[in-house]
Amino acid sequence: MSVADLELGVTKLTRPQIARRAAELIPDGSFVNLGIGIPTLAANVMPAGKDVVLHSENGILGVGPTPPEAERDRDLINASKDYVTLLPGGSYCVHSDAFAMIRGGHLDLALLGAFEVAGNGDLANWTTGDRRFPPGVGGAMDLAVGAKAIWVLTDHTTKKGEPKIVNACKYPLTAKGVVKRIFTDLALIDLTEDGLLVREMVPGLTIDALQAVTEPKLALAEDWQELAAA
Amino acid sequence: MPIDKITPSVTEAVQGVKDGMTIMISGFGFAGVPNDLIHGVLDSGAKDLTVISNNAGTGTEGLAALVGSGRVTRIICSYPRSKGSDLFDARYAAGEIELELVPQGTLSERMRAAGAGIGGFFTPTGAGTELAAGKETRMIDGREYVLEAPLRADMALVQAQEADRWGNLLYRKAARNFGPVMAMAADLTVVQVKRIVALGEMDPEAVVTPGIFVDRVVHIDNNREWDI
Repeated sequence: MSVADLELGVTKLTRPQIARRAAELIPDGSFVNLGIGIPTLAANVMPAGKDVVLHSENGILGVGPTPPEAERDRDLINASKDYVTLLPGGSYCVHSDAFAMIRGGHLDLALLGAFEVAGNGDLANWTTGDRRFPPGVGGAMDLAVGAKAIWVLTDHTTKKGEPKIVNACKYPLTAKGVVKRIFTDLALIDLTEDGLLVREMVPGLTIDALQAVTEPKLALAEDWQELAAA
Repeated sequence: MPIDKITPSVTEAVQGVKDGMTIMISGFGFAGVPNDLIHGVLDSGAKDLTVISNNAGTGTEGLAALVGSGRVTRIICSYPRSKGSDLFDARYAAGEIELELVPQGTLSERMRAAGAGIGGFFTPTGAGTELAAGKETRMIDGREYVLEAPLRADMALVQAQEADRWGNLLYRKAARNFGPVMAMAADLTVVQVKRIVALGEMDPEAVVTPGIFVDRVVHIDNNREWDI
């Protein structure tokens, strides 16, 4: 348990639990891209009966969950380079068509990771500028401008306990004003025209404690709920 | 004389590779990487290479071996850093390799443009970011777009599943990725395939890369597990 956990005195969601909460809220029938990191975990925790088509930037539509070890196929991996499966009805395409789907506005939703998200929806997730950690933009800029909605899935703070939801991104931007919703290990927050609205918080967390690890001003929704781990 | 693009060995398949060349290498992560052809280029001794690939190699073989050899002075890619990309990371940290980072969709569309004779295109991707710095922009229907140039290569190394002697190609699953657009965008396209079939055996409705985009084919079915 980190210092931040001790200070907050709450149980944070695990990475698969963050992915699960996002998966639960994906509208049925959506075409959804899962970015590198926590988002790709969503393929494994999709609620039973939910009919969504998962897109992978390397040229897959209809991504299914992780296969058992004996059924791994080196020609079938996702954006995180993890082994996946293809659901019935799924298909493969050339890389440039996978990005035509992205840029052309054909995806309803993209789930992305983040280094920082600003209160105005700015997203930074491709470089820290540190030469020891080469930058990696991947498909993030295409997804950020192409998908109809962007949800970010991230830890609420850095490993040092600093806010990742900030007033203004310090790192170079991926895209301006694109993030609509943030799922963290502490809360579910919507970015609205009136600012950040907290929809859900993990049990035991107060809005003041959440505000202490979040830079922009938070408002608590009247109908807010506990963010329960599935 | 009948058209026959099938080449007997890797050495002959990569013949003509020279110092200073720009080489496209197919693959996304470890899927669809033409490892035997990469080692053919490595064995040729060619240096001062510019490599265009989605990633920068992981492990100790394939693209990572080429990058680690010091013969690649410049790499154009979207996502160089991955688990196991230590050989690239070290060269990058030491300033020994130049990196041009390109958003992934822009990377493959620039290849497609080069292969299709398009002189450039406007994309919303990257507008207002560091990766669009210095590039011409235009407002189209109230939205900012960035002008991107075609991206060609002297040679493309591609991995596919099946070929015939005309160079028609089928790929397998997500190993298709950049293969078809790289095959279009290079002066010399060299493909390693797991299976050769007779002309006419491939379903014409299912051909992904028509043979017009392919120059040489080499049959590699060693099923070697590379450290990549």
